Amino acid sequence: MTQAAIPNLAPALAEVFLAVAAMALLMIGVFANAQKAFGRTQVFAALTLVIAAVLVISGAGGARVETFGGLFVSDNFSVFMKVLVVLGALGSLALAGPYLREHKIARFEFPVLMVLSVLGMFIMISSNNLMSLYVGLELQSLALYVLAAINRDRNRSTEAGLKYFVLGALSSGMMLYGISLIYGFSGTMDFDILAGFVAGHAPALGLVVGMVFVITGLAFKVSAVPFHMWTPDVYEGAPTPVTAFFAAAPKAAAMALFVRVMMGAFGDTVDSWQQIIIFISIASMLVGAFIALVQTNIKRLMAYSSIGHIGYALVGLAAGTTAGVEAVALYIAIYVTMTLGTFAAILAMRRDGGQLEEIGDLAGLSKTNLPLAVAIATLMFSLAGIPLLFGFLGKYYVFLAAWQSGLVELVVIGLVTSVVSCYYYLRIVKVMFFDEPDGALEPIQGAGVRAVLSISALVNSPLSYFLLLAPLAGASAWAAQSFL
Amino acid sequence: MTFLEEHLLSLMLSVPVIGALIILMVRHKDQAQANSNVRWVALLTTILTFFLTLYMWMHFDASNADFQFVEKAKWVGDIQYYLGVDGISVLLIVLTGFLMPIVVLASWDAITVRVKEYMIAFLVLEMLMIGVFSALDIFLFYVFFEGGLIPMYLIIGVWGGANRIYASYKFFLYTLLGSVLMLVAVLYMIMTAGTLEIPALMDFPFSPEAQYWLWLAFFASFAVKMPMWPVHTWLPDAHVQAPTGGSVILAGVLLKMGGYGFLRFSLPMFPDATQELAWLVFGLSIVAIIYTSLVALVQNDMKKLIAYSSVAHMGFVTIGIFVLNVNGIEGAIFTMLSHGIVSGALFLLVGVVYDRLHTKEISRYGGLATNMKVYAVSFVFFSMASIGLPGTSGFVGEFLVLIGAYKADSWLAFLAATGVVLGAAYMLYLVWRVIFGVLDKEDVKTMKDLSAREKLIFAPLIAVVLWMGIYPNSFLEPIHASVAKLIADDFSAPAAQDAAHGR
Repeated sequence: MTQAAIPNLAPALAEVFLAVAAMALLMIGVFANAQKAFGRTQVFAALTLVIAAVLVISGAGGARVETFGGLFVSDNFSVFMKVLVVLGALGSLALAGPYLREHKIARFEFPVLMVLSVLGMFIMISSNNLMSLYVGLELQSLALYVLAAINRDRNRSTEAGLKYFVLGALSSGMMLYGISLIYGFSGTMDFDILAGFVAGHAPALGLVVGMVFVITGLAFKVSAVPFHMWTPDVYEGAPTPVTAFFAAAPKAAAMALFVRVMMGAFGDTVDSWQQIIIFISIASMLVGAFIALVQTNIKRLMAYSSIGHIGYALVGLAAGTTAGVEAVALYIAIYVTMTLGTFAAILAMRRDGGQLEEIGDLAGLSKTNLPLAVAIATLMFSLAGIPLLFGFLGKYYVFLAAWQSGLVELVVIGLVTSVVSCYYYLRIVKVMFFDEPDGALEPIQGAGVRAVLSISALVNSPLSYFLLLAPLAGASAWAAQSFL
Repeated sequence: MTFLEEHLLSLMLSVPVIGALIILMVRHKDQAQANSNVRWVALLTTILTFFLTLYMWMHFDASNADFQFVEKAKWVGDIQYYLGVDGISVLLIVLTGFLMPIVVLASWDAITVRVKEYMIAFLVLEMLMIGVFSALDIFLFYVFFEGGLIPMYLIIGVWGGANRIYASYKFFLYTLLGSVLMLVAVLYMIMTAGTLEIPALMDFPFSPEAQYWLWLAFFASFAVKMPMWPVHTWLPDAHVQAPTGGSVILAGVLLKMGGYGFLRFSLPMFPDATQELAWLVFGLSIVAIIYTSLVALVQNDMKKLIAYSSVAHMGFVTIGIFVLNVNGIEGAIFTMLSHGIVSGALFLLVGVVYDRLHTKEISRYGGLATNMKVYAVSFVFFSMASIGLPGTSGFVGEFLVLIGAYKADSWLAFLAATGVVLGAAYMLYLVWRVIFGVLDKEDVKTMKDLSAREKLIFAPLIAVVLWMGIYPNSFLEPIHASVAKLIADDFSAPAAQDAAHGR
């Protein structure tokens, strides 16, 4: 056991590549002529993400590898979640072009910031130490704050960025405080050592308090109730492609981090955190279901919907078992496709050269543009978790895992709120299919929007029961092996 | 032929889907021509499916109480693609296959907007209904059972009447709420028994305590679907607002899923709880029979009246199922089949006059016997079948249920029998107001009698009702073995009878 001067970089190859590539992209952006800068960085950023995903996947299959003195870990779970993050980022990058150009915010910083935040997410997902957790989280968040405010001439966008920043800083502060308590009471920040420290006996009170603060910070990042207040405003205010990105990639990464902290570091003391997770899960599901009922802006609606969905994913985490982790991984994977598709649909809502955001603007869409209406309806039924669509599978797995851990009340409440939330998804279907059109939407602009929308509608269609279910369930089971 | 027999159920599931895909690809410059092509494809698809179901009926081994035409394949994890039919489900599938071509024919001229989507919705629905009756994997069953909500929601919402949006929401959310409770129970069963196979779950001994809750959870779902009083209120709304075809399928097949669910899940899987809670079902059924019959008496809307009569008939079905003897259960299944055809026919009859006058108000009609003779004969015929006149299908089912009820408890039989009397009252009152009386309304006078297409719709229905009434054995034959096995496996102990008495 000789400590090499340069740590083993092989497990972190994707991260190293992303970091270098982000710098290179910055150069490309700066030196390219202003007209072409965005398009070029966009293409190269997409390429970078794809290569990063390939690097991640090519490193898969091996056993768990640690490097940087245990700060960084690469295992099945990290591979699965990183691929999801890349998919989320690629999807939103594909959506971005036409919208950003139209709003004159197609700056080369956009793809660069996206790559940087993906790097942060990768580090979060692979963190095996409270220190690397914090570094990853902050790298991700700082990039996201800027992205939220990227439309700097528009008040809503800057407001969203500021709100996100202030509240995010607050939550980071709480998290740091929690980390300091954990360190104080256990003498370590390493997840593996922490896991050994808490195993076998009830943890010290100070440690539990520290854990609660860390959970608070994490709950903020996944926008779980009661730390969700920023979500609707940021979703509504940020440019739509950015919102799509927020809803997909960071959610997946933060959920992965959540799972890693709870199951990795505190996996042997499930009793001391289970009730907290149950509480925020129930609260998220309730808020997501009831407050969304009265929304008329579809971006705000999706914000509450995402809060509810995080609640469902947390049901799987609350189970505190490997089956629960498997369910969370599956749920998030399906959620990423649903949410990207929905935001692609929102970008497709255009009339008279302007972007629309009211649900009522979809009226009679089935008469004017049936394929779009069918795609949206598929996504809505899938979000609602109606069997026959793919979204049901995620719910099925999380609730099965929760039942196996004996959380009956959680399962019942979760299912009842899913009926409530059905109402607003149905309302969108109703508006599209039952109402009379006010006027047709413009044809969809941009191949990216069209591609993301049709792929995600296909993924969520019943077809997936035959084609995608088996591989996805297999992959998530494989990912969950990391927590055996 | 062996290939056909081995994959018969898969074929039945795939033919409607293939038909729907073909319809999706129908394109024509002339919209009318395109619509006509769509109708023909839908008709041929449903007829082909019907032939497949007939083939299954002919090759069904009535002496075998086990599942037949079984198909089993690994899918994901514990979930299997596992299909099969027994005596309880085989005829329900035939019923589905039989009603679908009729629905397509009935919608021929009535549906003029978005014909393509309409037919696709119905074909998908047909596939899901056949799936419900043939699934032997509980996950698969749940997916089919719930999935049916989507096409029906769209059918009611897009092609329905004035208040269709309220009705479609109510239909969807009511049934969904019932079903998610069932999902909780399903998850528990999967966990405890460690299997998703319905036949294996039937043999698994759940503890009496667990049975109690599981039974209630399944009851929540099936009672809504059935529908039983007091959770029946979605039905009149859905029926009144749905297009004729939707009403026919709703009354004819979707309601039967509740009864089928009781027979497939509640009885064999939770026998103790079934005996313990039979009183609850009896109570609700009796209320349903008497109360909804009285409500039917005062209706002004034809569809609403028939909807309430459906609730009353379903009361007979639930009584028959829960008296837990051979007569009762066979009667219940027979009543389901008969009601599927008779109420479907009644909705079609309403549809016929609705297409002409665009109202379902009873008071807007009167004296139709004068100018619509064939129509009047059909109307009276199906009313009689609904009342349960001997010689029609309605009689056999109700009679068997009453025998079964009498064996269990004479008071139960007495109260149930009042439903027959009340049934006669509201149906005859309806006939009197619509068919007889004076033909004094100008627009009613100009109404034409049944067209050739409409006659073609009603002829097979009349034939089947008579066949079922005169020689019920063809329909009871396949049921016997499976019902006998159900009783022998779970309810043969003498204690069973006592519990069923509610003592």
